[in-house]
Parts: sequence; structure tokens; C-alpha cells
Amino acid sequence: MEGLIHEEYYVNKGDYVTAGSASADMKRKLRQLGVSALVLRRLAVASYEVELNLVIHSLGGKLIFDVDSTGVTLISTDKGPGIPDIEMAMREGYSTANDEARSLGFGAGMGLPNMKRNADEFSIESQPGVGTTITMRFLL
Amino acid sequence: MTVADMIQVTHAKVLLGADQLDRQISSAFCSDLMSDVLAFVTEDTVLITGLMNPHVIRTSEMLDLKCILFVRGKTPQADILEAAEEMGLVVLSTTESAFTTCGQLYAAGLRGITMRGQGGN
Repeated sequence: MEGLIHEEYYVNKGDYVTAGSASADMKRKLRQLGVSALVLRRLAVASYEVELNLVIHSLGGKLIFDVDSTGVTLISTDKGPGIPDIEMAMREGYSTANDEARSLGFGAGMGLPNMKRNADEFSIESQPGVGTTITMRFLL
Repeated sequence: MTVADMIQVTHAKVLLGADQLDRQISSAFCSDLMSDVLAFVTEDTVLITGLMNPHVIRTSEMLDLKCILFVRGKTPQADILEAAEEMGLVVLSTTESAFTTCGQLYAAGLRGITMRGQGGN
């Protein structure tokens, strides 16, 4: 099946001001496509969380959205630094966020578990010193 | 209750959305942690917060929230209000604390969101 939409957004390390703009843009595009409000909200929340993670934790990365007739695949890849202990990172309440992120109301250690909860499929791979790839699928 | 009821109970000022006072408010969530708002809110609810930055609006946008009540006399800067206006949000502000505001609304019959494991998702 030919993809309906393919979008890529670059997300810079430490860019707190614009963090979330890619997710907001993608949400608008998917709404125009007629995606239901419920799926749209779950996707937007997970996308915003992963976008914030790129800003807060990564050295910079990319969000890739692929829409086909049955769902939306969202892939987040970054240039590092990688997650040493994924099991720990997946725990609610565990966070390594800095003070700047916390002052904006984030870094409560809810991001990764919240992505997993909102996505229909979720996988995370990480290699310290190399980078992290998170793949999420949302069924339409 | 309606937005108008909320204003009457909390003595809040209307910063945006004066044309939406008859909008129904079915539940409330109070937090300064947007992480928790994103993790726990799954319904249309009023967000009560003392946090003041553009991510409060962005968080509301992702969750399709329609009403924000700022407590502790916080007044949003122009850029925050502009973003909220673009989304058609109702924005209210009260000089009271979060605790007092929540108490006033609870006493008037408004209840919190359904939390996970309590009959929600």
C-alpha cells in the first residue's frame, strides 16, 4: 500500500522553545486526513513525549511519520548518547532530566511508559555511545 | 458545571473565551507537572495549574483540552495568550491558591478525572 503521508522533522538538543512543534504540525495534518479524535490524541501525546525526550536527553535526532491505510508509524532516532539501562528508563517516576526540563513541568519520569501506553505497538532499542531508536505504531 | 459556574465559584477573571461561558466542564485535573497531565488526562477536563510557560498550552493542544485555570495570580505573557487564542481555549485566572481553588470547585460539585485503575483506562 502506497504511503499517504511521509514526514520527517529534525529535533535539536536543548531546543525547549520549539519542542512540540513537530507533533503539533503532524497532529494538524492527521486531523485534516480525518483521523479520529481518540487516535489523534493518543498519537499526539506519545509524539510530544518522544519529541521532548529528543530535546531533553538526546544530542539531536529525527522524528519520522509514515501514514498508510491501516495506521501511523512513528520512528524517533537520535545521535546518542543512548540509554544505559532501558528497564530502569521504562519505570514510572525514574528520570534523568535536567533542571531546565523540570522547570518547564517535565522530567517526572512518565515519558517512556506514557508512550508505551498510548501506542498500539512500542519498541525501543538503545546502544550507549551510539543512539536510541523508538518505534511506535498507531492503528487507525 | 459550566465555565460561568466555575468563574462564579472561584472569582476567576476571564482572559480568553468570554464567548464560551456556557461550555460544560465535566471534570478537573490540577497539576504543575505537565508530565503527569500528559500521563493521566484522557478526557476533556479543566486544567488547573500554577505553571506558566508555552508548554502548558502545547500540552493542552495535544490532549484537546478546552479550558485552563491559572492559579496564584499568574498572568500569561502575550505569546502564551496568542497560542491559546489560536486554539480557541478558555483561559481563566484567579489570585487564589491551587488548594483553595480546587476546594471551591469540589464543594460546588466538580470532581477529578477518572484515574487509571479506578475504572478508567
